[in-house]
Amino acid sequence: MSAIRFRVLPRAFPQSLNESQKRSREKWLTIAFLVAPGMAIFLIFLLLPIFQSGYYSLFKWNGFGFPKDFRGIDNYLDLAKDKVFLGSIAHSFTIMSLSLLVQLPLALALALLVGRGSLPGRQIFRAILFVPYIFSEVITALIWLYVLHPNSGLMNKTLGVFVQDFKPITWLGDRNIALIAIFMVLTWKFFGFHMILYMAGLQSIPKDLEEAGRIDGCNEMQVLRFITLPLMGSTIRLTIFLSVLGSFQQFTLVWIMTQGGPVDSTATIATFLFKYGIQRFALGFGSAVAVILFLLTLVFSIGYQRMVMRQDYELRV
Amino acid sequence: MSNVKRLVYVLIAVALLALPIAATVRAQDKVVVTWWHISTNEPEKNFWQTVTDEYMAANPNVQVEITVLENEAFKSRLVTVMQAGDPPDLFQSWGGGVLWQYAEAGLVRNIAPELEGEWKDSFSAKAALELYGRNGEYYGVPWTWGAVGVFYNKALFAKAGIENTPTTWAEFLDVVKKLKEAGITPISLGEKDKWPGHFWWVYLAIRLGGEQAFLDAYNRTGKFDAEPFVKAGEYLKELADLQPFAEGFLGLAYGDQAAAMGNGTAAMELMGQWAPAVQKGNSTSGEGIGEDLGWFPFPVVEGGAGNPNDVLGGGDGFSVGMNAEPEAIAFLKYLTSADIQRRAAEIWVLPTVAAAEDALTDPVLQTIIKARNEAPYFQLYYDQFLPPAMGQVVNDGVEKLFAGIITPADLAAEIEASAEKELVK
Repeated sequence: MSAIRFRVLPRAFPQSLNESQKRSREKWLTIAFLVAPGMAIFLIFLLLPIFQSGYYSLFKWNGFGFPKDFRGIDNYLDLAKDKVFLGSIAHSFTIMSLSLLVQLPLALALALLVGRGSLPGRQIFRAILFVPYIFSEVITALIWLYVLHPNSGLMNKTLGVFVQDFKPITWLGDRNIALIAIFMVLTWKFFGFHMILYMAGLQSIPKDLEEAGRIDGCNEMQVLRFITLPLMGSTIRLTIFLSVLGSFQQFTLVWIMTQGGPVDSTATIATFLFKYGIQRFALGFGSAVAVILFLLTLVFSIGYQRMVMRQDYELRV
Repeated sequence: MSNVKRLVYVLIAVALLALPIAATVRAQDKVVVTWWHISTNEPEKNFWQTVTDEYMAANPNVQVEITVLENEAFKSRLVTVMQAGDPPDLFQSWGGGVLWQYAEAGLVRNIAPELEGEWKDSFSAKAALELYGRNGEYYGVPWTWGAVGVFYNKALFAKAGIENTPTTWAEFLDVVKKLKEAGITPISLGEKDKWPGHFWWVYLAIRLGGEQAFLDAYNRTGKFDAEPFVKAGEYLKELADLQPFAEGFLGLAYGDQAAAMGNGTAAMELMGQWAPAVQKGNSTSGEGIGEDLGWFPFPVVEGGAGNPNDVLGGGDGFSVGMNAEPEAIAFLKYLTSADIQRRAAEIWVLPTVAAAEDALTDPVLQTIIKARNEAPYFQLYYDQFLPPAMGQVVNDGVEKLFAGIITPADLAAEIEASAEKELVK
């Protein structure tokens, strides 16, 4: 036995320094060879465009040919004064805060209801609740355009049946309501996604822990508060992360439903970029918006991962 | 035996390999013409397909590939392919500032050599043709051209006890009030798309300032915050204050606007020559309001400097992308030939070619083509004539005026500020 093991070992440990160098060089060559295609795609299609945007944002440029009209940081100064842009940032933050305050708790509550336990027919509920997330954003937006139509929409018709003297609400035509209406649709669309994540989190909690709590005299609220929720911490932190990023980048749904209107009252950073950068043939200006959006999400991602999600990575290692 | 088998396999393999190559060679025999149009309505879409099929049958060496896009989707997608330097061979174009911007970047092809002579002389809408070119170059041709005016529902007018169509702004406001009193939505407007609303402000500016005020401001000898432009906003505010539009009009799209007209739930809309077709297409019955539809020119503003016959309008044309082969231009010539124009006129087109004008039978459209041909000054839509950024400022600004969050003076000032940026020569 020992003789055999002795023969195997030297193969794993190089006998001379020379061989070790050679091996390590070979190893790195192999790694470089395997990584190169992926790295090339990453550099060309991800990193390069980011730097290009930074470069273009210093020009007044309509997108045709090469940028020539250098303007320094003028685009950024214009943005700082642009009420619509500041408004769009505010809207993005509003959507983000509402998501965290309404959408995630809703998803969590539903996950607790249908994710486990003895609710009859919970599989069916689970499937139904998850359906909105399966639709593409475009389909969702089109469906809700019909639902929220002021005269013939399902929403106003239904409310009209239940509320006496109901005056039709112009969901997407009123500057004070449109953003709420959009948020409502966003919630409808995305809570199912978070719900599924929470359900996965719930399933990974050992039953006996909660059982032990009950035996020790916890009531159900205490089990939830001190055992279930803390154990779902990593999932909750992840959904917050995804929700915040999603809110900042929201474009499709808003664009189809309102194009950021009426009068920019539902503009997000992304729709602002498209409308004022691309549609108006001002790609330098648009690039400046893109750079700001990029920095916002980058700072958040890195900061959040470093400070909040770090514990999750360490736990898993 | 096994050798023979092997040979067969090899032959099959070679044949399979050669197949795609053969297919490519065959495709290369044909000249492919890519064509983007925005006629999404069924009869119009079918018409383009039919005449294209006929053309391909007669010219087997040409393969025309049609892409049908919805208006807004088309605009976004065209900008993208333009920035990539890869425009389609033929594409929808309204002429004016947007097209000129493409021309400056060398993204469209000059067809002046082909156009000169018989083809050019066949056009009756000369003013329109000029919008597709500049400095002796041409990048496209118009195939339908008309005027913006007020479409109205005769039955609803009668119901509100209105006997004559208004000719002055004061009379027009009276009509709006009467319709409102009768419980009818006076005006249909889908302001989400913004361009339907900008007609109102621009038409008032034309009536108030006329050709001179606009050209002065455009050539930077005058300004867009001059009196006629401020007053245009004031008159429009007067109208908006009467709340003549359907609830939630800021969130409705042009499709909703046309549907309200086609279903007879609103009495008027300010729109271009395509309106009757779109009303039909968007109505529940698919028929629109038929005989009840009437048309009158935009009312005159008392004391305004504009000629009462001045027209705001535009139409559709097809422009030629920079990579277009001569076959694409030949096909375009076919599309604007008298024969095709006559057949199109029976469906929805207001012919731009003189020899086809008599094919128009609809009385409303005959009125519009007359207004177009007789206009002493023809103003193309601002959002097409002006540089894109400035056109959008006008559209957005007018929306704000409708929403009541900007004063007429501030609106004019915003447009002037944009003009200073965009019109610097």
